[in-house]
This record gives sequence, C-alpha cells and structure tokens, in this order.
Amino acid sequence: MSVYQKNEVKEVETSRTLSLVVDNQPGTLARVIGLFSGRGYNIESLNVTEIDKIRNLSRISLVTRGNSMTIEQIKSQLLRIVPVHIVRDLTLEGPFIKSELALVKLVVKGANRVEALRIAETFRARTLDVTLYSFVFELTGKPSKLDAFIDLMRSLGDTEISRTGVSAISRGHKTETKLLDQI
Amino acid sequence: MKAKNISGAEAVINALVENGVEVIFGYPGGAVLPLYDALFENKKIKHILVRHEQAAVHAAEGYARSTGKVGCVLVTSGPGATNAITGLTDALMDSIPIVCLSGQVPTHLIGTDAFQEADTTGISRPCTKHNYLVKDANKLCEIIHKSFDIASSGRPGPVLVDLPKDIQLSNVEYINKITKIEKHHKDNFFNIDKDLINKIATLLLQAERPIIYGGGGVINSGPEASKLLTELVNILDCPVTLTLMGLGCVPNTNKNFLGMLGMHGTYEANLAMHNCDVMLNVGARFDDRVTGRLNAFAPNSKKIHIDVDKSSINKVVSVDYGIIGDCKIVLSALVQEVKNLHNQNKIKSKTKWWSQINEWKEKDSLGFKQVGKNIKPQQAIKSLYEKTKNFDTYITTEVGQHQMWAAQYFGFSKPNHWMTSGGLGTMGYGLPSSVGVQIAHPKSLVIDISGEASFLMNMQELSTIVQYKLPVKIFILNNEWMGMVRQWQELNHGSRYSESYTASLPDFVKLAESFGITGLRVDNIKNLETTIDDMINIEGPVIADIRVEKEENCFPMIPSGAAHNEMILSSDDNNKDTSNQGLALV
Repeated sequence: MSVYQKNEVKEVETSRTLSLVVDNQPGTLARVIGLFSGRGYNIESLNVTEIDKIRNLSRISLVTRGNSMTIEQIKSQLLRIVPVHIVRDLTLEGPFIKSELALVKLVVKGANRVEALRIAETFRARTLDVTLYSFVFELTGKPSKLDAFIDLMRSLGDTEISRTGVSAISRGHKTETKLLDQI
Repeated sequence: MKAKNISGAEAVINALVENGVEVIFGYPGGAVLPLYDALFENKKIKHILVRHEQAAVHAAEGYARSTGKVGCVLVTSGPGATNAITGLTDALMDSIPIVCLSGQVPTHLIGTDAFQEADTTGISRPCTKHNYLVKDANKLCEIIHKSFDIASSGRPGPVLVDLPKDIQLSNVEYINKITKIEKHHKDNFFNIDKDLINKIATLLLQAERPIIYGGGGVINSGPEASKLLTELVNILDCPVTLTLMGLGCVPNTNKNFLGMLGMHGTYEANLAMHNCDVMLNVGARFDDRVTGRLNAFAPNSKKIHIDVDKSSINKVVSVDYGIIGDCKIVLSALVQEVKNLHNQNKIKSKTKWWSQINEWKEKDSLGFKQVGKNIKPQQAIKSLYEKTKNFDTYITTEVGQHQMWAAQYFGFSKPNHWMTSGGLGTMGYGLPSSVGVQIAHPKSLVIDISGEASFLMNMQELSTIVQYKLPVKIFILNNEWMGMVRQWQELNHGSRYSESYTASLPDFVKLAESFGITGLRVDNIKNLETTIDDMINIEGPVIADIRVEKEENCFPMIPSGAAHNEMILSSDDNNKDTSNQGLALV
C-alpha cells in the first residue's frame, strides 16, 4: 500500500447505500467483503439474500461511508468483481427506502413489563415470544427507529439483539429488469 | 455436437487445446495425477517442467507478455498452489493474462485438513482476477472456457481454477466453447463518446506544453495500439514518456521519446510531466513510482486518462477527462479525430516547449563516467544494448538497481520485448520469465538481466533451462549487494547497511559448469565487450558474471516523498533530509 500523501480532500464523508446484484455462488460475498477489508473501506451494514432462484442471483444491500472519490472507487472496484453484475448507488439515484428488522429479547420483571409492552406498542413492535421473565419483540423500519427502540429496551433490563442490516430499494416505478436481462 | 464421455482430466486438456494453449508450465503432484495422465497422451500441448511453482507462473507470464496469448499453469494442491501465489499476485499487479489450474483434494475431503489440502480459492481470492472451485463435473468445460475469456478480456489478469481430484476422474461430456465469443459483458461494454474524443483532440492540438504518458495498457492492447500511439505522437509532435511497463510501445529511437518517467526516470521526462499543460495518460495507472508526491503532481495541467479499467480512473489522481476503453479502440478514434481537426486548424507551435525540454535534456541525467578498470553497471547495460540491438532481443529482469539500469540504458524499439515485474516488484521474476519467453521464441535472443541477489531467488530454474536446451543468456550485474536496499540505506538510513550484503555467493562460473552450461566472468572494463560477444555467440545458455562497481547508485532519483521537480541527479544532491512521511514510503 502506498502511503504517498493524497491531495487533502476537504469534502465530508457521507453515508451511502449501495444495492448490488451478484451471482449466488460460493466466494462472491467473500470477494465483496475482501475488497472492503483489503482496500481499507468501511462497511456499516450488510445484508445478503437470494432474490432470483431461476437466475441464481442475490442482492447485497450495503451501507458504506466515504467522500465522493472514495465512493466512486468502491463502486468501480465492486464492478470489477466478475460475479457482481449490477452496482447501484441508491443515495445518488434519488429517493429510496431503507428498512431493517430487529429481534429484541428483553429480560424484565415487575412494573417494567408493562412499560416494555407500552413502548413496544408505541413503536408498533410485534411480540413474538413471552415468558414470565422475558419478551422477544420484532420491529421493522428505519435503522434510527430501531436504535431508539433498542435504547429504551436496554434501560428496562438485560437485552439480546439480532438485526438484519439494512435492506434497500429505490422509490418509484423504475426496476432493474432490463439490466438483469443483460446478465 | 455431443462428444463421447471422457474423464474430467481429459476434458480439461481438450478445453485447453480448444482455447489455443500450446504450452503449459507446471509441476506434478498427487492431486493432479489424472491431469498429468491426460497430458501424457496429448500431443498438442507441450508441458514445461519447472522446478518450483512460483517459477511456473513467472514463466507463463513471460510467455504471455512476449506473445500476447494467455499463459497457462498447472500445479498440484496445497504447497503447489501456495507456491504459485506470488506469481499470481505478480500477474494481477501487472495485468497479465494467466490461467492457473490447481489440483485439490477430492470434494468429500475438502474441509477435513486432508494431506496437501489448502483453501486455495480462499488464499488466491485477493490475488486473482477471478477463481473457481469446480464442485460439479458438468460445469467443468464451461468454467475452463470462461476462465480464458476472463483472463484475456478487459483488463487482463490471472484466473485460478481449483480442480478436486474426483472431478478430474469423473466421467463428463465434453462441451465445446460457444463459438460466438461472449466475453465478459462488463469488460466489453464500451461506448466511445464522440464528443469527448473531439474535446480531447482539440485540447491536445491547442496545448502549448502537452505530454503523452503511456503504460502497460498500450502493450496489453496489442501491437496495433503501440503503432497508433506512435502515430499520435508523430502527428502532434509532442513529447512522450513511458512507464516501466510501457517501454517499447513507442520506439526508443523516436525523436519525441524522453525516456522512462518516475522515480528513476529521466530528468527531462519528469520535468516535462511537472510543467505540462495537457497530459494524456494512455493505459497507465498513476502508480506511486510514477507520480511522486501527489499534491505536487503536474500541478497546472489538464489531465486525460484512457484506461480499460474504470477503477483506474480517478483512483489516486483526479483527472479532467476519463475515457474507459481498450487503448487500441480509443486511440484509433482519437488519431482519426486529431487528423481531421489537424487539417482544419493550425496546430499550436511547440517550439518554446521543445526548447525548454532540450534545455532539461542538456542536464544529461543518465550521464555517468566510466573511469578506471572497474565496470560501471550503466556501461555494462549500454554495451549489452549496443551489441544486441540488431538482434530480435527479448529482455527479462529481476528487481532492483539492475532492473532500473536496464530500463534506463537498454533501448526498446518494439512492444512485448521487455518483461519485468513492475507492480509487485518480485525478485526472482526474470530467470523463470526468460524460460517462458524462450519457449515462445526459440530462435530469438533472450537475456535475463539480473542481480546476484535476485538470481539466487529462483536459480533452481537453471535446471529447467538445461532440460529444455533453452539458450537463455543470464547477465548478472554482480555487486555483492542487494543494491537498491543498500542505496536506500545509504540515502535514508545513514549508511547503516543492515543485512543487505549478499554474503557467501557461489562461484557463478562453477555453478554454470555444474549444470553443464557455460559460465563467464569479467571484472575489467577492457574485457567487457568481448565477454558480451562471447555470451551471445556461445551456443546454449550462458551465465555471465559481470562484476560491477560495488557501491554505484541508481540515479536520477525522485527521493521518497518528493515531487517530480525535486529530482536528485547524484548522491551530492541528496542534501535534504527525507521527511518523516517520506521515510515511511516503500
């Protein structure tokens, strides 16, 4: 790695949400992640699942951070990976939806149980599991909403958290169908 | 057409033949025995047995770089594959098309820490353009075909295919390559923007102080690209400089050629880069060896960058215009446009620019004084060039001072005649690489310009050279030091020569004789030329031990952390202490 001083870029770093379509095959995710670790980029959130069984494709929703030159580099480097077919910068493209799911286990007794349920209701969380000593809540929405909910739950008792990471899609009627057909 | 069922190993070999493989460099082992068995029967592929898997990849690189074809490698599982890793990384850094087949333990043993098992696809992932582990024999043929397309398309690079032994032994139906060459769509999807070409052509024609800077991408694009670049230089009558990887794409004899640029480039090339108003980068990647300190790199210029790889554009240097595309295609559009515009408009006079450049040339930054009986390494290369320039000469090098002297003092008039490890800087590259070059060009003169330390890193390949009767000439600039390390210790570390002396060297003449080849030694300038003559004229391989001035430094030089206009021409210039930031640089 060269450490020649780069031109000081005063530009602030921003969070960017990228949406990738990749071949669902062993090694693809490793290549994507290896690119980030090998070149010193950050991954703030990552979410991967198969989206097309026939064409064997997966979507990777990825949140990263950087100035515009770094983001351009990340996108170009991602496209160099052979099984990566589409790289979209949702933040740049326009309005988009970011959603995440959290499972929150709360161990709680006494009066706080009522408080927990009340908060859960306010957040429209679903209660998936109840015992005399605990709850498991399911909550979906923006990451910031999930953060707020989890903070409140933590103040009520011992918690265990499982989150999916951000899944994202653009607003409006445009789809990737044409791009997918070129693969 | 349905072919009869054959073994996976036979299918692999057939697929290699179908993809035009004539030579494969390899080393057998347990996990590739079925492949070797299939090769035993095959008359179309010549197998070259190397003596170390790293050398197999370097030999394939030499083969690929001197022919423009894909180099092919065959190694066994575990240590065979791990030994190949340095070579694969080298090929990745220098964008050389390689397909490396590695054996693997049978699929049911993968993950059990079986004998000679390694996670080859895991290890090689960051050092290949792509890799495959074949788990389904039905996909075998398709994967091999794809590997060749991926290796050679777009920005070329190494592809590894990991082949478990049970897959090699299974019955498969051979599937032909789809005749329509469906190259990787992302790599071939160029749209040459005519307006952009027009803008760039105008910019180049109106520039007062233009410079063209070409790199390995021009060579990779094929000989046609080199011709087009030379044509562009001639039409514009502008100065051109080349990177280490690009040497040969504009003939050294071209009057507009300023020599190599960068850390050990010529004064005129670097100063012209620093002071230009328009810079056209063709197939180079603004490597740190070339740019020097980035915040002082060509500060007042408009920069244009042509590269096949989108990620190279705006990676370290932001440019004003980037064109993604194969050099040959973009250059041909650009040359055409420049010609069109040239007829209509007057080209800006560059008399002032040339007189400035000629002033820089007068510094004679490559000048040296050959005095006394000791051989100056620069003189050795110069004499070698003079004696060999009328042959079809291919040069390979190792890495270090000798490599830079070769780049500075040897003249390259054609592309694909210069094989050196540029990006990774792999000592031990040159000897195995020369094996590949000589296999591809049996009648040509192939010289490995080497240093004694680099030579020791892969000298086992002498055995390969002897086995295949390859008349490779090994020209060792022997100064008993890891010269470049010593030079940096002298310049940056107060001449504290920590572990850079090459002690306990063999007697290279006797070493040559022990392999049954000729060894020559020279330590006096008056015998240098006759030794070079002997080396060329003696049939078969020769090791020439050229004892050179021991503490000669490689100049000119852009010191660590300095800019193009802060070059030093000799040790006496080195009066500024290297900055802390500079000291941290490699």
